[in-house]
Order: sequence, then structure tokens, then C-alpha cells
Amino acid sequence: MFDRRLIRYFDWVLLGLTIIFGFLGLVILYSAVMAGDPGTQKILCIKQLIWYSVGLVLMVASFLFNYKMLERWAHAIYVICIMLLIVVLFFGSYAGGARRWLILGPVSIQPSEIVKIAVIIILARYYSKHANIGGLTLRELVMPLIFTLIPFALIVNQPDLGTAILIILIAGSMTVFVKIEKRSYIYITAFCFISVPLILFLLKGYQKQRILTFLNPDRDPLGAGYHIIQSKIAVGSGMISGKGFLQGTQNILAFLPEQHTDFIFSVLAEEWGFVGSLVMLLFFLMLVVRGLSIAYGCRDTFGAILAGGITILIFWQIVINIGMVMGLMPVVGVPLPFISYGGSSIITMMICIGILMNISMRRFMIE
Amino acid sequence: MGKYLKTADSDWFKQRLIVVMYCVIAAFVVLICRLFYLQVIEGNEFRRLSENNCIRLQSIDPPRGLIYDRNRVLLVDNRPSFDLSIILKDAKPVDDTVEKLSGYIKVPADVLMSKIKKCKGISIYKPFLLKRDIGRDALAAIEAHKYDFPGIEINVRPRRHYINRQIAAHLIGYLSKINSDELKSGKYPACRSGDFIGKFGVEKAYGGYLRGKPGGRQVEVNATGQVVRILRTVDARPGHNIYLTIDLKLQQKAEELLEGVAGAVAAIDPATGEILALASSPSFDQNSFVNGMSHKEWHALVSNRFRPMENKAVQGEYPPASTYKIVTAIAGLEEGIITKDTRFYCPGHYKCGDRDFRCWKKVGHGNIDVVTSLAESCDVFFYQVGQKLGIDRLAWYAKACGLGSPTGINLDQETSGLIPTAAWKKRRTGIAWQRGETLSVAIGQGYNLVSPLQMLLLTSAVANGGIRYKPLILKTIETAEGKIISDDSLHTKREIAGKLPASRQTLAIVKKGLWEAVNGRKGTARIARIDGIAVSGKTGTAQVVGRQQDEDSDEEDRAYHLKPHAWFVAFAPSDEPKIAVAVIVEHGEHGSSTAAPIARELIRTYLSSSRVVE
Repeated sequence: MFDRRLIRYFDWVLLGLTIIFGFLGLVILYSAVMAGDPGTQKILCIKQLIWYSVGLVLMVASFLFNYKMLERWAHAIYVICIMLLIVVLFFGSYAGGARRWLILGPVSIQPSEIVKIAVIIILARYYSKHANIGGLTLRELVMPLIFTLIPFALIVNQPDLGTAILIILIAGSMTVFVKIEKRSYIYITAFCFISVPLILFLLKGYQKQRILTFLNPDRDPLGAGYHIIQSKIAVGSGMISGKGFLQGTQNILAFLPEQHTDFIFSVLAEEWGFVGSLVMLLFFLMLVVRGLSIAYGCRDTFGAILAGGITILIFWQIVINIGMVMGLMPVVGVPLPFISYGGSSIITMMICIGILMNISMRRFMIE
Repeated sequence: MGKYLKTADSDWFKQRLIVVMYCVIAAFVVLICRLFYLQVIEGNEFRRLSENNCIRLQSIDPPRGLIYDRNRVLLVDNRPSFDLSIILKDAKPVDDTVEKLSGYIKVPADVLMSKIKKCKGISIYKPFLLKRDIGRDALAAIEAHKYDFPGIEINVRPRRHYINRQIAAHLIGYLSKINSDELKSGKYPACRSGDFIGKFGVEKAYGGYLRGKPGGRQVEVNATGQVVRILRTVDARPGHNIYLTIDLKLQQKAEELLEGVAGAVAAIDPATGEILALASSPSFDQNSFVNGMSHKEWHALVSNRFRPMENKAVQGEYPPASTYKIVTAIAGLEEGIITKDTRFYCPGHYKCGDRDFRCWKKVGHGNIDVVTSLAESCDVFFYQVGQKLGIDRLAWYAKACGLGSPTGINLDQETSGLIPTAAWKKRRTGIAWQRGETLSVAIGQGYNLVSPLQMLLLTSAVANGGIRYKPLILKTIETAEGKIISDDSLHTKREIAGKLPASRQTLAIVKKGLWEAVNGRKGTARIARIDGIAVSGKTGTAQVVGRQQDEDSDEEDRAYHLKPHAWFVAFAPSDEPKIAVAVIVEHGEHGSSTAAPIARELIRTYLSSSRVVE
């Protein structure tokens, strides 16, 4: 019963972009791990390659079935993910002051990454049923709020502020995207005006300090502030054409913090300069635009909102990560899609692409 | 599903997507502008900064809080230590620099080089510690030839200094390098490898207050690693200062009196529960832990048969011997088994079952009452009291007097001691309690085990009229600026742990007995008398039985280990006590001859000092 149109409508652009990102990611990672000793360097690159391969398989798996199944399974997926988060909270392995990883034999996974997709799916399902021209009323916003706050609370407790904030951002953007009633807007704004000073008042001194430092890393010149300075030096010193592959001094000399994960963009910027960074940014822009056009072309509400939500996720991760590296955003641990080292992040992104492809290749089905 | 997309409104939905598209493009434009600003407009400046690689981070260690005695006499402070580090990237050629350096710091060059080579994976841009505490002479010499030593960095770090060698070492504790287990434990989140943490005593118990908060500097350095500009500084916050309850003069006297013997002395203010002295002998030099000691030195310390690393006043367990008669007397009086006037006949021994229990005085004490029995430490009298009480009632009183459980002093590894009951023995050995065992327990032998601190608190409670205070070692904690930190968890305020299970009359009788022991004609503790000060006390001579002997221990050693422990507990002045003391001398034979004089001198020292008299 194979429909030939599935191949005709297959999204070759997305596939091409994904392969380009995989290739660029490995090249940059190879350079980013130069600072370490050669043994671990090799292992990290091979591991990343394995993650890409696993990701490709999962990507294919994510477009083989009809994405409407996701609508039916939204709640189940969501509950499983939340349970994983709870398991992490109790049994997760403790590293770097946080409980984020589940150790399963040889691999460790980070459920907070995959939870992002679960939240998008369940919100897409809910909004596809409730969205209307008038916009969402306050009552209709209660469920999405609960869907968002459960994983938020669990992830904040790990603690992983970056991912927790990302979930709020995605859910917020999706909600604004499907339109909120004007009256609801007024209520929400008023609520924020009252609650924010109240929360600030209730917070203890050191908590306030932490938030202020988060918003302005310069307040912590020995921690985040120092990282940002080094990162800015790395980016800026790339100048127009860059220092060349494997020639980044900031990178090789280990001045950069987390250079193969959160700060990997600074390695790219240092070694490939404005030209290289611009190319990378344009590829990312193409990806986001492609995602939005898939939402645009989809004639089914669930599919359109799902595609929109996933694109928004990718968009925010790109903007927050690159913004942070260039000193425009607070220092939060958000990986750069497809490029940062890390299995959970790569696999999540590949699944996102798979779902986008799924929606794209089935756009004819409602005609 | 698809409520509005199939209708004419789907255009409206697409409108929203187009708005989103504009937002996305705007965000990317911002990113690109920033990129352009950093890389093209400011690119030259950043390239310069990156080429010199000149922004470094230096940490500033916080000075650890100081420790004072109750009269604000300094006990522990910090002195500057000059630590020599090398930054391999700047120190080129490394061999040459190290070669020249070795002469100044008197360490062979090959030792230094192998130290550098051994540490693989160190960043050539980060300082690598070559030698701690090079001393002022070497510092002056190296500073004078600064330009011959590229990439050499000398950091001044505060280093712990224990002013009075060996004094109160067990109470104050010591600092030592954090080990990998402690790093992994998560209890020291702010510590990095190489940091010093409190490992024992107050240094450990109040480490969180003493530590302070490290600061740091962002500095710009030139090509040879010299600092050209300080960009940002975060000052280190010094730790809080601690004022202990101990009196340095009394503490010194206590340690002096314990010189040459193994044992412990503890003194307390009965009115508040403040510990005035807490000494354990032999002691150790805390500074040697800070300076780092060789494996041999460490081994010598831990294998010393007199156990210098143990705080015997808090961790030591001994049979209480005759000092326990205070408990038996209280129990007998309270339970109505004896009154002030009850007399038993002591012929010098007492028969129970088929065993004959001896009194220490072979000829016997004759017809004797409770006061005289305490004063002359008659065993037979207390055998009979104990027998009539039974083990479990006796144990109840002992526990109510605070024995058999930790006193709650805020120091590590406090022992709880042991107060046996019939059920305990059954559980432990499977054998039922024997009647005769009660007699041994009644005079403080048998299974009984107490720490000197527990006996001190019991004595203090008898002295002050029956209130058991929690022992305090901390008077106040202040910030470096002198602001007092008040926190209930600090244990600086007088705190009642319980009351003695004794009426005022009972206590008066017991006190009379203790007074007679020192001041009576035949008292066992007459040696503790002081002219002009009424001292009350109780001696004890703890038999050492069934002690396991090492195969290789020599004859002399065996003889030493068979000698009984000497106890003395006392308070003074008898009617208005200002100090209570507990003394134990391990294998000191007789409480009266070895322990009592120590207590006497301690009381004399404390009460004759002008501060207390006024």
C-alpha cells in the first residue's frame, strides 16, 4: 500500500541540510577537542559520529509512520517522558553538581532533552483542538500551563536552568503563535506586573544575586563573566577570514570553557572567521525558514502547529546558544543544535528533523 | 480536527506564520550584526588580546578565621606562605629556568623537572605549583632576580599557624589537604584539590564558619607572564573568628600536668557548662599537618602505643571505678534502699553466692554509713546497695546521670560509653546476667565504660545542684569585622541536657561524702586539699582486666598495661562551685596518688587567677 507520492513529496532540502550540519559539526568538533589529549579527542569524535548515525536511524524512524499517530499517542509520550524525569530526580547520576543523566549500560541519556519534544507534541494536540480566530481564553490556557510547569519544575530541580527556561520559552512562543485572546493578554500582563516584584521580594539575598548574575554575567568576573570574555575574544579574534582550521589559539590553549559543548560556536568563529560563521548562520536560517514553510504548507492544524513548535525549538536553541557565546544572552547551558557534542542533544535534533520531514512528505494527504 | 485551516480563515493562520518568519529573520539579523561587530569592527582588538593570551584568572585564598580562647587570647592564626609556581608557556626555556631556580629554593633541578613531567595534562598556561612556602629569604632572592625567571609566579597564601605548639591540639584539631574521597563526597562543594580543610576538632566541626570565601582577579599579563594590569578583582571574604570557652592558662597548666603520662583532663564551669580545659596526652604538633608530614612521621603518630591522635577526654572509654559510687549512692538513696543513717558492716570482704568480693581495705571499714563510704571509698557498702538495687535499676540511674550516651559536645567521634543491663548482656553474649556481676558494676568495674567528659558532666551536675548542662566549647563566633553571628545550631548558649535523678537532700548527702573524701580525717583524696579552698572530690582506681596483649610486647610494656587507671573527679569551692574537673591517668595506679594532685593544681591555678576571684 505504499503511496509513491511519499517519495515525490520527500523533503530533500531538510535531508541535505542535516547532512551538511553533521559534516560541519564533526569538523568543528574535531578542532574543538584539540585541547584535550589525543586519546580522548579521538574517542569524542567517534562517539559523536556514532550519535549522528543513531540519530539518522531515529530520524528515518520518525518519518516512516504517519505523524497523526503522534496526536493519538501524545499523552502516552508525555507521561513516559515525565516519568523518566522523575526517575532521573531519584536515580540519576550526579555530575557537576546536578542530576541530569540516566546511566543505561554504556550510554547515559539526558531525558530533559527529549522532554522538549513531548511538550511540543502535547501542546500541538491541545492547541489543534482549541485554537480559534478569537484566540485562547484564560480557561483554555490552564491545561497548557500545567503541561509546561510539570517538566519545568522537574528540570529546575535537577538543576538545569537552561533547559527549564527553554521549555517555558517554547511553550510560550507556541501559545502566542496560535493566538491568545486580547482579554487574556491583559490579564497575563497584569499578573506578571504583580507577581514579579512579589517573587523578587520573597527571594533571599543570594538567590537575587544569582538571578542578577544570570542576567548580567559581568557581575561574576571569576565565573560566567570570565567565560564570556574569553568566548568574545575567541569570536572576535577570528576577524573576517578566521585563523584557519585547527589554528584557533583560544581554542587550542583551553581558554574556552566547555568548548566542545555549549561554547563550540566560538571555536567555529575563531577558526573560520566572519565568513565561516555567516555561512553557518545562513544554514541555520535556511533550516528555520524551511521548518516554517513546512508549517505553512501543512493543511492540518495539528501538523501545522507541531511543525511550528519544533521549528521554534530549533530556533530558540540556535539564538540562545549563539547569543550567549557572543555575550548577548545570559550564560545558560543550551547546546547548539547538530554541532555541540552530546548524544541526547544530537538525537533530539534528528528526531525533530524526522518529524518535520514526516509532516512535509504527508502534506498531500488532506487534499 | 482542522477546524479552521480548511476554511477561509486559513489565510489568517498563514498571516501569523509570516509574522513569525519576520521575527526569525530579525533575530538572525541581530546575530549577524553582533558577529560583524565582534569580528570585523572590534576584530583587531580581540585578535591582539588573543595573541597575547593575556587574560588570566588568579585566585585569592581567603584568610581562615582565627581561633581565640575565652579571654580573647589568640590560639590560631595565619601566616603568609610564599608559594612558587611555574607557567610553562612563559618559562621558556623551562630547563634553564628550573636549573637556576633550584639553587634558590634548595631543591635539586631533576626533582623539580620530574615533578613537572609527572603531571601530564596540565595546561601550559596555568600556574603549576612547584614548592609551597619557600620562605622569606628565597622570596627576596627570587624577587631580586625577577627578570631571570620568566614564567615564575610567587603567590602569597595565608597558611594556618598554631601558635602554642601542642596546646589543645585535640580540641582545636588541625588542617590538612583535602583527599580525593572527601572531594567526591560532595560535602565540600567549594573546595578544589590541594585545598586545606579541617580534619579534626573545632577546625572540622566549625570548618564552614572558619573557611571564608575565595576571591579572584582577572589580570592582563605580558609575554613573560608578568601582570601588567588588574582588570577585575573580587575580594576574598575572610572566615569567621571563633572564641572558644577554654582558658589558655588553665589549658597550658593541664597539659603541663599531664606531661609524661597518657591520660586526659577536662574542666568545666558547673554554672554554665562551658568547658574550661580539655587536654589529652600525649599531644601532637598541629603545624606538622599543615606543613605536610612524611609517611614515616604519620606512621609514627598513628602507631604510637599511647595513641596521641585520640582525644582521650572525649573518645576514651574507661571503667569509672570508684567515681561511679556517686551514681550508686544516688540510686540507693532515691530508691529508699539506704538513708543518710543506714549503716552496713564492712569486714573487708563480702560474700555473694560462692564468690568472695573484697573491699580495697583488707581489714575492713567496720560499721559505715553512706557519707563515710563515699569518703573512704568502701566497696562492701556499695556492694550491698548494688545488690539490693539490682542491675537494671542501677543502670537506669546511671543513664539518667548522663552516662552511656554521648554528651553532645560538638566534636568528632565522641564515645557513648557503656552502661550494662541484663537485657544488654543477654543480647550481646547470650548468657544471663549473674548476680555477682551487679556487685562489680556497683563499684564501677565490670562492663561499665565511661569517657572522662561524661564523668566531668556528672560531677558538674552534682556540684551545681543537679542540672546537667550540655558541654559548650564555643563562646561566640564573630565575623572578621567583629559582628556576632547568632545561630541556634552553633551551641554557644547555655543548654540544659537534663537533670540528675536526685532530690536536694540526696545531693546534699553525696556532696557531703565528696567533701569528706578530700577534707575528712580518713578521706581517700586528702592529697587534693588546698588551703583556703574547700575542694570536694572522688577518687577511682580502675582495674584493667582481660586486656589483650601484643605478642611482641616486652615485659615492661606488659607490666605497664596491667597497672590500673587512676581517676579523680572534683569540684571547688564546695559550697559555690566555680570549676569541676575530671582527670584520668592511664595505668596511673592510684587515683589518690597520680590523678588527684593534677586536679588539685588545676583548681588552684583556676581559682587563684584574678579573673575568677573578682
